[in-house]
Amino acid sequence: MSPIESADVVVVGAGIIGAACAEALSASGRRVLVVDRGAPAGATTAAGEGNVLLSDKAPGPELDLALASRRRWPELLESLRGELGEALADVEWEAKGGLVVATDQDSITPLRIITEAQREAGVEVRDLGQAAARALEPHLTTAITAAAHYPGDAQVQPVLAATALLAAVRARGGAVCGGTAVEGLIVKGGKVAGVRVGGEAVPCGAVVNACGPWAGHFSITAGAPIEVLPRRGMVLVTAPLPPLVARKVYAADYVASVASGDVDLQVSPVVESTPTGTVLIGSSRQRTGFDESLEVEVLRRLARGAVRLFPVLERVPVMRAYGGFRPYTPDHLPVIGRDPRIPGLWHASGHEGAGVGLAPGTGRMLADLMDGRRPEVDPVPFRVDRPALMAQIKA
Amino acid sequence: MNRIVVVGAGPAGLAAATAAAALGVEVVLVDAAPKLGGQFFRQDALARGDRFTLPFQVEHVPNATVWAVEPVAGGHRVHLRIGAADDPSRTGRVLETRALVLATGAFDRALPFPGWDLPGVFTAGAAQAMAKGQGVAVGDRVLVGGTGPFLLPVAASLAAAGARVVAVAEANAPVSAWLSDPAGAAAGGRRIPELARYAGLLARHRVPYRRRTAVVEAHGSRQVEAVTLARLDREWAPVPGSERRVEVDAVAVGFGFTPQLELAVAARCRIEGGFVAVDAAQGTSVPGVFAAGELTGIGGAELAASEGAVAGAAAAKRLGAVVEPPLGAMARVRAGRRFAAALAAAFPVRSGWTGWLREDTVVCRCEEVDLRRLRAAVEERDVGGVRPLKLASGAGLGLCQGRVCGRNAAVLAGLGDTAFARRRIASPVRLGELAAAEPEVESADPPWSAAAERGFGQDFG
Amino acid sequence: MRVVWDGEEVEAREGQTVAGVLTGLGVRSWRTTRGSGRPRGLFCGIGTCFDCLVKVNGVPDVRACQRVVADGDDIRPQSGAELPS
Repeated sequence: MSPIESADVVVVGAGIIGAACAEALSASGRRVLVVDRGAPAGATTAAGEGNVLLSDKAPGPELDLALASRRRWPELLESLRGELGEALADVEWEAKGGLVVATDQDSITPLRIITEAQREAGVEVRDLGQAAARALEPHLTTAITAAAHYPGDAQVQPVLAATALLAAVRARGGAVCGGTAVEGLIVKGGKVAGVRVGGEAVPCGAVVNACGPWAGHFSITAGAPIEVLPRRGMVLVTAPLPPLVARKVYAADYVASVASGDVDLQVSPVVESTPTGTVLIGSSRQRTGFDESLEVEVLRRLARGAVRLFPVLERVPVMRAYGGFRPYTPDHLPVIGRDPRIPGLWHASGHEGAGVGLAPGTGRMLADLMDGRRPEVDPVPFRVDRPALMAQIKA
Repeated sequence: MNRIVVVGAGPAGLAAATAAAALGVEVVLVDAAPKLGGQFFRQDALARGDRFTLPFQVEHVPNATVWAVEPVAGGHRVHLRIGAADDPSRTGRVLETRALVLATGAFDRALPFPGWDLPGVFTAGAAQAMAKGQGVAVGDRVLVGGTGPFLLPVAASLAAAGARVVAVAEANAPVSAWLSDPAGAAAGGRRIPELARYAGLLARHRVPYRRRTAVVEAHGSRQVEAVTLARLDREWAPVPGSERRVEVDAVAVGFGFTPQLELAVAARCRIEGGFVAVDAAQGTSVPGVFAAGELTGIGGAELAASEGAVAGAAAAKRLGAVVEPPLGAMARVRAGRRFAAALAAAFPVRSGWTGWLREDTVVCRCEEVDLRRLRAAVEERDVGGVRPLKLASGAGLGLCQGRVCGRNAAVLAGLGDTAFARRRIASPVRLGELAAAEPEVESADPPWSAAAERGFGQDFG
Repeated sequence: MRVVWDGEEVEAREGQTVAGVLTGLGVRSWRTTRGSGRPRGLFCGIGTCFDCLVKVNGVPDVRACQRVVADGDDIRPQSGAELPS
């Protein structure tokens, strides 16, 4: 029997957001079909570092969602462990903490202002001087002027996380189909009645657009355009090394780089180790459409930033560079909720580089909204017809 | 400066550089080795001088690693590190060109079997490179195994370097295989007598040549002490009861070759059936990028040289040289391809090799990922693409970036088998090398003409 | 020419690679894997497999089959993943 016969909900996109939405929807008893035109967890998710961060978010709706997601991640993994077993639920979760460092005098005050505001918003953060920061990260440059330690920052391996969530969907009677493109929505009486897949109709009551950077494309196919654009990011990977960087360490200007809407290249050093010993070096942001070609200048700037923070890396080999597209919205907020134009169409996208961290909160918010429950986090700022996003919607 | 950049100084690259130079075009010939010739014409590294001489128009850049190829407007930027291999003190050079010839060759395909990660198990290419290039045999009692005519010169080189070659184990049944395509075999020209000569040489050294036989396990604690040889059926499943143990201190295995695709992939060339797709003028799908030699199909040195000659002329034409189509070389390419097709048909890799593995057999040597872990990723996590397979299993994530395990892991996972070839950083560089200021770009000056845009493949192909 | 292998001076010739020198000395393995500590040495011999990693003059992750020795090189075995010294 083909898994694609009918479903309560069809989730389009099997990345971390689609997987988290499908998990939450199947947890509330729905039969969920997840389809992806490529391999599940094979695009943006496979090019992510697996950030679960509070430190890089200023107080506001995104931080609220991040706090809820951060609480939810360990609970979710615990329940998956019970449901799927130890091996499948092992997603390399590390509550490693984050360290934000300032490397000049001018950055000290802005860093202190943001940590103060974050503290008021409920984030655990400790202001540190140079000596205390280097006690946490002994290989850190002596050139730092101030630092902030965020014990709540964490990391997962995004492909393991997404495939574990999708395994839960399957275990609950849902299905996941890779290599399957949705050709369009079937709308009857002004409402979603199904999707067209491989020339066949799959009846369903709701469709979730979780196409990440391609959510804009899909929304056009669905007849309800939203403005989600690709923003490109590159990461360098070193050869495996002995334990070197215990936390996620990044420069204070990273926050400004994340919040920037510039089309031009933004590079800000982010350095962290993975459980296999490789060190990941980010981060770059560039709005160049879906152009995948290599730019050596981006790699050079990433390398410079990393060596500046950790001089010991200078003679270490870089063996790999990977790039991906992240879903960008003009006001830097994810889109989560019902589309007012087509009842039954929902969107969950636009998380840019924070999708892995925000995934559990996003899935839960979507399921709460669909079930008519009041979400833990106020969903209004994420709604599809908000002014900032609506202004961009072209018919 | 207006010149062609040729990457790789094996038979294809040498021929490309020479052909372009003969047309009056300047060439930069970049190669990783200290001496010319590549793997096929491997020179004795301990001898003085270089066997090959190049025309004055060719600048040979030895000891150079191309770590990135970057598409830029009108051409490509080739990023080099030059100096002692893997040393942080290498110097950088950036060449911009409107005519790039990729002749990066191929490397041995090794199939996994229990014990293949023990010291003393080598690829056939390693045994050859050490014998011819370094004058040393990889062992005293060596068994050569795998498939393809390359096993014969490897055994001959080992014998010449003083090793006792215990046997050559050929997994296919070559005589009947050749007979199935006599015209293709005949198209090989000098190749057949050359192979006959090797066979005679091995007979004089009393080296047994065993057909439908393979090394299915290597034994030893710290290094190879013995192997299990087994007869194979048509699909390469070991014939029960045929196994026997042979004492050796080294094994050299090769199951054909894998093209070194990453620069072609970085240049966005179309890949077809595992090789770079080229037209009659060796042009790839990307204007200004040509490919020659094993990159376009495994066919040996003669075909590679013919393709190189065509690619060199086509690249020269792109830079505005007045070029008559090299009809002779083009005809040799066509004949060579028939031979290559016969070769591929005679020495395929059959599916039964997957049965040689046990659950704990290492598939990815770098990350020590065994078959069990690879299968868990596919079966439990339902992984359906190369990127998620790598991240879910760990296979292909190590320093070799899937060069050794990629094709095998893809087969074991049921995925397309060239998808591992995407490597934006083609060879590791130290972070400090990357962080250093970009060397001044040696730009490509265009004498632009519409005629030059068109390869002669389109005129005469 | 002389180089130092694991603390001992040994003869080497112009043009030899580290792998050439070590194979000539009868050394089969000069690295251990970082996972299970298994011995490794030369495998592909042409620079593609990165199995023959060795430390040269304090720098780890050098391919022995590609590195041509220079007079006085200090060559040491590599144990798993190491940092440059």
